[in-house]
Amino acid sequence: MTATMVAPTLQTRNQAAAPAKIAIRNLDFFYGDNRALKAIDLDFADRQVTGLIGPSGCGKSTLLRCLNRMYDLYPGQRATGEAMMDGQNILAPDIDLNDLRSRIGMVFQKPTPFPMSIRDNITFGVKLHERLSKAAMDERVEWSLGRAALWDEVKDRLDAPAGGLSGGQQQRLCIARSIAVRPDVILFDEPTSALDPISTLKVEELIDELKGDFTIAIITHNMQQAARCADRVAFFYLGEMVEVGTAAQMFTAPRQQRTQEYITGRFS
Amino acid sequence: MPMEHIVKSYEQDLKHLRDLITEMGGMVESQVALACTAVLHRDRDAAAEAMEADPRVDAREHEIEQFIIRLLALRQPVAGDLRQIVASLKATGDIERIGDYAANVAKRSLVLQQFSLRDAGTGLAHMAALVQENLKRVIDALGADDTDQAMTVWRSDEAIDEVYNALFRELITYMMEDPRNITPCTHLLFIAKNLERIGDHATNIAETIYYAVTGTPLTDARPKSDMASFAVVKPAGVKPAGK
Repeated sequence: MTATMVAPTLQTRNQAAAPAKIAIRNLDFFYGDNRALKAIDLDFADRQVTGLIGPSGCGKSTLLRCLNRMYDLYPGQRATGEAMMDGQNILAPDIDLNDLRSRIGMVFQKPTPFPMSIRDNITFGVKLHERLSKAAMDERVEWSLGRAALWDEVKDRLDAPAGGLSGGQQQRLCIARSIAVRPDVILFDEPTSALDPISTLKVEELIDELKGDFTIAIITHNMQQAARCADRVAFFYLGEMVEVGTAAQMFTAPRQQRTQEYITGRFS
Repeated sequence: MPMEHIVKSYEQDLKHLRDLITEMGGMVESQVALACTAVLHRDRDAAAEAMEADPRVDAREHEIEQFIIRLLALRQPVAGDLRQIVASLKATGDIERIGDYAANVAKRSLVLQQFSLRDAGTGLAHMAALVQENLKRVIDALGADDTDQAMTVWRSDEAIDEVYNALFRELITYMMEDPRNITPCTHLLFIAKNLERIGDHATNIAETIYYAVTGTPLTDARPKSDMASFAVVKPAGVKPAGK
């Protein structure tokens, strides 16, 4: 009798099985002289969730900051290499940053609603990029809040201040605000670390919903969350990408000793 | 030497699990040895002891299962830890079945004592020795994460199958010679089959160890030579599995 355990298919390359929405090649990042990312090769597969894990300071947030060129705001910070999205290099100096940031939205660790009404939080970004009629704008507000699974909870108080929402609701509002400009990609930087378990699950459910339409990258320190949410997971350590694979492969049989040590909690 | 877990109590839990399972393996190893002694040396005390061990083995299986459920719920293991824990759960089931077969061998040995064993004892002794050797090796491999030992067990089950086939044919011959042999030979057939099944469970454990340690399942077909299903009369149009 043979009772062979079934192991997930191993993926040995950095390239995803699905076509890449963003293809990063040989990316280096510098904070002054400090080389924070070292020759990163990584694909973010189209309409899939890519999870980034690794200890604090390993470079995963830096990588996300590269993708919407947030580092441009700080002198002395620069990236070299390529991050190709739809045939364009995101890192190229001549790229239109406003256009880029409307195509790549970002949601942060702590909810960051603007100090204005729920409705205005949604319309603020949209108005920067599009001129919509009132009816079309109302439709956009309902669509975004609906996609963020918040519409039913706030539809009767759209003009109330966003600060009055609970933490979980605020985070979903921030997600609604990101998708209101209809981006291609959404970057989540520890989106649930400030939320209670139920709000966390709601956001995770939302990410699962959204991946049908958006390419998603999520940084998380919660291994179970990476396993639950991500299709593929990349492990970063000291500015290098150690390993990338399907979530199932990474959490059952990682190929690299470092990954094994980190995700099982044997790490110095 | 693998690095220790940051949470010491988790490391201790994993060590405790390993201890529990190797201890259970040891219990069953001696249960099988007693059962073999009972058959080969017509030893009533050994038979009784082997049968009495069974509830203790079952209780140990239950204890390990409960411990593993607790570990899964509280530690949410991943990667190598997950594989070790799931492998322990699988192995404990195999070990428990081995204990059941040993108890059954012991039980049948009591019936056999009313008959003369004739020559079948030689083949059976040989088979018992091979099975016990494999069982010991696989339990040692389980405790030490030793894939080389596990692979040795995995490959050597073929030899047990071959002895079983020979014994099967021999016993059928005795039954054909004299119908009075049918009762003892039937019991001997079951005993041989039980030993052969113990060998199979040992190879299951070997496969489990291999996956737990390497993260890759053993996908090759295991060498098998158990032809007893087709002995004497071969059904038309059916090829025996294995070779």
